[in-house]
Formats: sequence, C-alpha cells, structure tokens
Amino acid sequence: MPRYSALSLINHAITGNRDWPRAWPNPDPKPSYDVIVVGGGGHGLATAYYLAREFGIRNVAVLEKGYIGSGNAGRNTTIVRSNYMLPGATEFYDFSLQLWNSLSHELNYNVMFSPRGQILLAHSPDALDGAARRGNIMRRHGIAARLLNRQDMQDLVPHLDYRPTARFPIWGGLMQPTAGTARHDAVVWGYARAAAALGVDIIQNCEVTGFLREGGRIVGVETGRGQIRAGKTGIAVAGHTSRLGEMAGLSLPIESHLLQAFVSEPIKPLLDYVIGFGGHGHFYISQSDKGGMVFGGDLDMYNSYAQRGNLPVVRDVAALGVSLMPCLGRVRLLRHWAGVMDMTMDGSHIIDRTPVDGLYLNAGWCYGGFKATPASGWCFAHLLARDEPDKLAAPFSLDRFRRGAMIDEAGVGPIPKLH
Amino acid sequence: MLRIKCPFCGERDHSEFSYGGDANITYPDLAAPMEAWIEAVYRRANPKGPHRERWQHIDGCRLWLIVERDTLTHEIASVTLAKAALAPLVDGQSS
Ligand SMILES: Cc1cc2nc3c(=O)[nH]c(=O)nc-3n(C[C@H](O)[C@H](O)[C@H](O)COP(=O)(O)OP(=O)(O)OC[C@H]3O[C@@H](n4cnc5c(N)ncnc54)[C@H](O)[C@@H]3O)c2cc1C
Ligand SMILES: [Zn+2]
Repeated sequence: MPRYSALSLINHAITGNRDWPRAWPNPDPKPSYDVIVVGGGGHGLATAYYLAREFGIRNVAVLEKGYIGSGNAGRNTTIVRSNYMLPGATEFYDFSLQLWNSLSHELNYNVMFSPRGQILLAHSPDALDGAARRGNIMRRHGIAARLLNRQDMQDLVPHLDYRPTARFPIWGGLMQPTAGTARHDAVVWGYARAAAALGVDIIQNCEVTGFLREGGRIVGVETGRGQIRAGKTGIAVAGHTSRLGEMAGLSLPIESHLLQAFVSEPIKPLLDYVIGFGGHGHFYISQSDKGGMVFGGDLDMYNSYAQRGNLPVVRDVAALGVSLMPCLGRVRLLRHWAGVMDMTMDGSHIIDRTPVDGLYLNAGWCYGGFKATPASGWCFAHLLARDEPDKLAAPFSLDRFRRGAMIDEAGVGPIPKLH
Repeated sequence: MLRIKCPFCGERDHSEFSYGGDANITYPDLAAPMEAWIEAVYRRANPKGPHRERWQHIDGCRLWLIVERDTLTHEIASVTLAKAALAPLVDGQSS
C-alpha cells in the first residue's frame, strides 16, 4: 500500500483526485487463520494491528458483521483523557494517551488527535476539594493536571453561566491539558489500513453466529460466510459481548445499555476545551473541527440492544446543556443517535482469557472505550500472542468479581446502569 | 418513550419509574456457597429479546413491578406486581 504523504496529495490533486487506490483490500475469508478477532470496531482493528506490528502474528482476520466502525467506534463523542483515580485504571488510560500522541504518524493516517485540554467542572467547595485530590493522584502518576479557580474558568470558558442565579455555580475545575478529542472514523480507517498493510484480512458483512469446538476447545467460528478455523479467537464486539458469550456458554458480569449522543448545527468557534460535568447529573461537550457542538449525558438506564434512544434523555441532556451554557439554547440540534454498550458490574473493562480454551475476551468498555482504543488493542494483542496478560491488563481480569478486586471508579457497586 | 401500565396508577411514562434490573435474579441463602452468590450478584443473562425486569414506580405509588419487555423492540408484554400478595389492594390488576 503506498504511503500517504504531502507528495501523494499533490500528485493526486494534479490528476483531479480521480485515481486514489483503495485504502485497504476487500478479501474473501481464508479457511483458517492463526488468530480471528470478532468485531471490526476500534478495539478489534487495533488488536489486529498490534498483533501484526508488535507481536509478529500476521495471519489474522478481523470479522465484522456490518461495516467497520458501524458500532460504537463510529457513534461516540470522541473524548480522550486519562484523569482516572484508581490503581490500574490510571496507568492503563495513561498508556493509551501516550499511544494517541504518536498515532497519526504511526498509522500514516491523520486521526486528528487534538489534545486541546479537558476540564472537569466543580460546582461547590467540596467538589473543588475532590478535584484537587484527583489532580494530586494524577500528578503522582506523572499525568499533567491543573486546578482552576473561578477566575481561570471565566478566562478559559467564558460562555458558562457565571451569573449569581446560575443553577450550577462555577467554583472552579480540574484541567487535564493533554486530554482532548480525535476523529473516530479516522481511527477505525487508520487502524484498518495499517493492519491490512501488514497482511491482516479485514472481512466485512461477516457475522459470527457460533463457535467451532474440538474437545472443549474453540477452534474457529461459524459465520454467515461459512466456517473459518482459528488457532485463537478473540471477541471485541462491544455491546454484543453477552451474545457471543452465550454462544460459548459463558455467563458474564455485563448488561447492554443505550447511550445517546448529540451534535448541533455547525457554529463559529465557541468552545476551546472539552468540558465534563458530573455528580449532579452527567454532561460532556466539545466542539468538533466542523463547528458542531458534540455532547452527551447519561444512559437510557434500562437494558437495551435497540441502538436508538428515548426522549427523556434528550430532554435531560438538553436541560443540563442549557443550564451550564445558556447560549446553547439558540443552537439547533442537527442529529442524535445511540449505541449499545457493555456496562459491567464495576464500570471497568475486561481483557482476559475465558474459561473456554482458545477463546479470549475484550469487553465491558462502558462509557469510556474510545479513549482506550490504542491501549486496549495493544493489551489484547499481547494476551492473544503470549497467552498471558500484559501488566497493564492484569487488573482487568474476568475473575476480579469473584476475588472482590473490583475497579469501581464511581464507587456505586454492582449496578451497571450507575457506572 | 416507553409507557408502563402501572397496575395501581395506570399507564405512565417510564421517566416516572426507576429501573431495577433482571427480575430472574433471586438471592440465595446467606449460607449458600460463594458461587451461588457470585452468580446472583454479578452475572446476568442480558438477553437480546424478551426480558423479565424490575421497575419501581418512584414518582407514583412506589410499588415494585415486574415488567416483561423486549430489549430489542422495547415492546412491553406485561406488567404485574412484584409482590403478588399485594394484588388484593390493587383495583383490576392489569397484565
Ligand atoms: C453515544 C456514545 C458516546 C461515547 N462517547 C465516548 C467518549 O466520549 N469517549 C470514550 O472514550 N468512549 C466513548 N464511548 C464508548 C466507546 O465508543 C466504546 O467503548 C468503544 O467504541 C467500544 O469498542 P469498539 O470501538 O471496538 O466497539 P464497536 O465499534 O461497537 O465494535 C464492535 C463491533 O462488533 C461487531 N459485532 C457485534 N456482534 C458481532 C458478531 N456476532 N459478528 C461479527 N461482528 C460483530 C459490531 O458490528 C461492531 O462493529 C461512547 C459510546 C457511545 C455509544
Ligand atoms: Zn404506580
């Protein structure tokens, strides 16, 4: 595959951009592979890429039931940050952030990673104390964090509601200056192209409907395009993990829930940072490079595979948005949609072997799996290649629930909808 | 919008209710083996299709209900009281 470069842009511009080659091939499935990754979202494609790049395993297929990026990879609000507090999570997400920094160069594909800074709002003195504590934990891990007072907030984000009558008075905030956003589709396409260049087969319209077994071991998959054998099979199907788990006889600590996202009509530059609001509700917002205000809030709060959200959340999210940033009231909503996510019993993900030989699990990404894409792919590739978890993945084992070693950032216990 | 037909209050928007998860989960005896507790507290069937689930009518009568709902179409097949013993208190319990 030819590399993309300034020169290739000029050359193709001269010929009217008429003969760009396919970004990656569209092969038919081979009868067998060393590794099959089920699910062509960001995580599955990143896994295939790192298997080929870092671990030298190139006889790999990614099987996707629709088109790649048709799931949550193409539906999220693209926030990338690493301001987590619990041991295990902090290190994992910071490793991911480090990979994000060089991702466009590494993949030879512009993923538009924009570390513009993310600010968590504090609306009371107690919340500001909490923000200071979080910032200290981050700094202890070498992650930049800056505590902001009310005046700083007014300088950086002038459009929040600073009036004495504000529903949520602004006491300050915590900024992670290295956090930001990335272009979700480009992440999918970039990993797909780079993986394919290393020999990975990316096979779309290929739904996995069952597993092939030999003496208890899983040795491949049944698909809409026939049987495909594999030395090892990894699942990275986001909201559908329980369905694949059921095919393999696994009972998992997961519920599938809806999360909606919203984008407004494009407007002139209004918001330079990513803003997060939690505790009294749930809201996050950033402005895309096209000018759209991209925002979201809570889950719909009941099990669902419907991939379409309901109106109470639209009302709640709009109300929060207008309370925080009154000028949004005059901006028109362009689109809203939903994705189906795995919500786990402690709000953290799972990267582990399963009790079934030959089957490996990457699941439970809840609200936060986009930022995790590079580290998740890296760690899952490590697990598939070496048969043991990388130290960054080890805390996120499947048996942590049995051992009582939960990683529960929200501290709300085994209630998936609350994480 | 889901609309749940509360046996006590009648049909209401689901935003009046709070979701309580899989109704097939029952807690074992305190003395039951650890595995039974792990199953009840952490593991879920999480079906794509019909699901028996608990909802509480928090902005209404506050009764706990069992709702049979399809997790793919959101269609509600039935609503009954979680505590069958309360049925005599409710006029014309719907299903
Ligand atoms: C509305 C919304 C907003 C979000 N916002 C953020 C955010 O701001 N920041 C953040 O970090 N995270 C966010 N997330 C979470 C993040 O998007 C997900 O955690 C992440 O994308 C999941 O990994 P993935 O990309 O591999 O998933 P997906 O893209 O969903 O990939 C899974 C793939 O598996 C395929 N599949 C399923 N079943 C089968 C089968 N049987 N056979 C073959 N293929 C199958 C699906 O078609 C799908 O393409 C958000 C999620 C949603 C829904
Ligand atoms: Zn009622």
